Amino acid sequence: MKQDSTELLMCSPEHYGIHYVINPWMKLSRPSDPQRSLAQWTALHEILERLAGTVHVIAPASGLPDMVFTANAGLPVGERFFLSRFRHEQRQHESPHFRKWFEARGFDIVEFPEDVYFEGAGDALFLGPTLFAGYRYRSDIRAHTLIAEQQGIQVLSLELADRRFYHLDTCFAPLNGESALYYPKAFDPYARQVIEANVEDAIAVPAEEALRFVCNAVVIGRNVVIHQDCPRTCKELTARGFGVHETDLSEFIKAGGSAKCLTLQIR
Amino acid sequence: MVSEKVLLSGHIIDSLILPKVLDEITDLGGTFAIEEIHVGRTRRDTSRACIEVSATSRDRLERILERIKRQGAVSVEPGEVKLVRAPRDGVLPEGFYSSTNLQTDVQFKGRWIRVRNPEMDCAVVVDTKARRAATVPMSDVRKGDRVVVGEQGVRVLPEKRAEETDEFRFMRSRTSSEKPKEIMIHEIAAQMKSAKRRGGKILVVGGPAIVHTGAGRYLERLIRKGFVDVLFAGNALAVHDVEYALFETSLGIYLDRGQSAEGGHGHHVRAINAIRAAGGLRRAVSKGILKKGVMYTCVREKVPFVLAGSIRDDGPLPEVITDAIEAQRAMRRYLKGVRFALMVATTLHSIAVGNLLPASVRTVCVDINPSVVTKLIDRGSFQAAGLVTDAELFLRELSQTLTGS
Repeated sequence: MKQDSTELLMCSPEHYGIHYVINPWMKLSRPSDPQRSLAQWTALHEILERLAGTVHVIAPASGLPDMVFTANAGLPVGERFFLSRFRHEQRQHESPHFRKWFEARGFDIVEFPEDVYFEGAGDALFLGPTLFAGYRYRSDIRAHTLIAEQQGIQVLSLELADRRFYHLDTCFAPLNGESALYYPKAFDPYARQVIEANVEDAIAVPAEEALRFVCNAVVIGRNVVIHQDCPRTCKELTARGFGVHETDLSEFIKAGGSAKCLTLQIR
Repeated sequence: MVSEKVLLSGHIIDSLILPKVLDEITDLGGTFAIEEIHVGRTRRDTSRACIEVSATSRDRLERILERIKRQGAVSVEPGEVKLVRAPRDGVLPEGFYSSTNLQTDVQFKGRWIRVRNPEMDCAVVVDTKARRAATVPMSDVRKGDRVVVGEQGVRVLPEKRAEETDEFRFMRSRTSSEKPKEIMIHEIAAQMKSAKRRGGKILVVGGPAIVHTGAGRYLERLIRKGFVDVLFAGNALAVHDVEYALFETSLGIYLDRGQSAEGGHGHHVRAINAIRAAGGLRRAVSKGILKKGVMYTCVREKVPFVLAGSIRDDGPLPEVITDAIEAQRAMRRYLKGVRFALMVATTLHSIAVGNLLPASVRTVCVDINPSVVTKLIDRGSFQAAGLVTDAELFLRELSQTLTGS
């Protein structure tokens, strides 16, 4: 089962917590539990260690509670790393840490212009050779054009339409070259059309499971790792021959993130 | 129409961004013209489109631009305004920008600054220290003034048309004598009231036919009731008004009887002489020589007036400004705050004042001759609406509507 080629990056949750509010999920009155957070993260790490070739762990930094969501560090494409330019000031200080990590591993760092926001693999997901990219709440559509022109790849821009699904990876999950999970209502009508026209097997997930972040899935080969209690989507996945690994990530959902947000696929 | 060019690039066709932007423009009441489009040849190539977005108001255009900005549409920068110093007093540099009577902005040091006192056929002078811009008539330009040259960095913001505000429903189309006058006069009255309510001033530009037709008393009533804040006229209106006040005649005809007075043909010059002897209209009022009439009422009610001279004038009256450039300057001084201009029975003064007015001033031109309004509009005062009727009938009805008498 082990997919040796897959390399992931994670960040341990020592400094994780709800210390500010930058999305509809975060509430200062609903803090996360540090011990439970660590236990949930460790369980996820163990599952991924089993499935992926390598799971790197970057050292967390104090004062950067969301650094645990490494999906937003940037977008690695081949030897390039498109370093995120976070929209919110609270997360902007994460970038120097990620830049250092990727520089040390020989990646070419690409930066976006000052007024062009881009939040990494949180808003940019490959389905085959095509990059599906979300915009509106966090990333700027102009970032998509820059990536398309730099990489010479097709980038399909999808406008998000529900603040609860503020990153593309909260409502869209490519499974392989032809299938993807998505929550239709998180997109504007044009984006829905683009998904339907470009994804051969677009699996619409029900609202209650979308709200449990079923689309925030880590896909490693034929394995899908998600937060627990999403029976209807699990059925769709198993029917297509995927192995589903459910794990409790409720402490991270309090901050608006789940399995996928906690990982960044490097290769 | 206001327009701005935007550039859209990326996978704008596969991502349906181009159709979305075009839909958004039309949904928000704008229109578009695709000036240039380059479509990528393969799936990997990006495409680009240059789109001119237009809307009927600046506000609407800004709303559209704000919305499509989210789709990555970026404004094509207009560039800085170009300034060249005036070579001499009263002389403009080659290629100077000739202004319109519309609200205009110039891009200076990265910011749009509004050009003060919109007036057609002027230069735009930028005070680079104070970062201010204003129209300046050619004759008032001083050597060294920084004058806008060319069209770059200049944007003109057209007025909303009457259709948009649903005002002047009956006055939308071109001048016609075949329209219900009473309804139109009621609309004019409503406009005047609305201008006053909003703290605006009303300007009346009048010709001597106001006096000849016996409509002077209605104009007096409007002045007394506060519906006239400033009066522009020539020598003739004042002269015949004074003639009537002193001799009961206008051009030698008794206004109450319609009969000519003996030696009446000389009344107007005698009237001029009397006022000159008194030292002017104001002195004649204070000395008790001038006791009624339009000019008397203006002096009494402290309504300022500008009398501009012409080559045909008799006299003229001492208050008449015979230097045409000086007269223009005097008129410009009183245009500040004017929101409504009513032009009655005067061709040349209507056109002269029309040239000085910003297009934002609601303008109504009343004349027995339809060509007067046409001329006014053809000379650039396209905001003017026309009413073809006799001055007496018009002012009587207007005064009744506004003052109840």
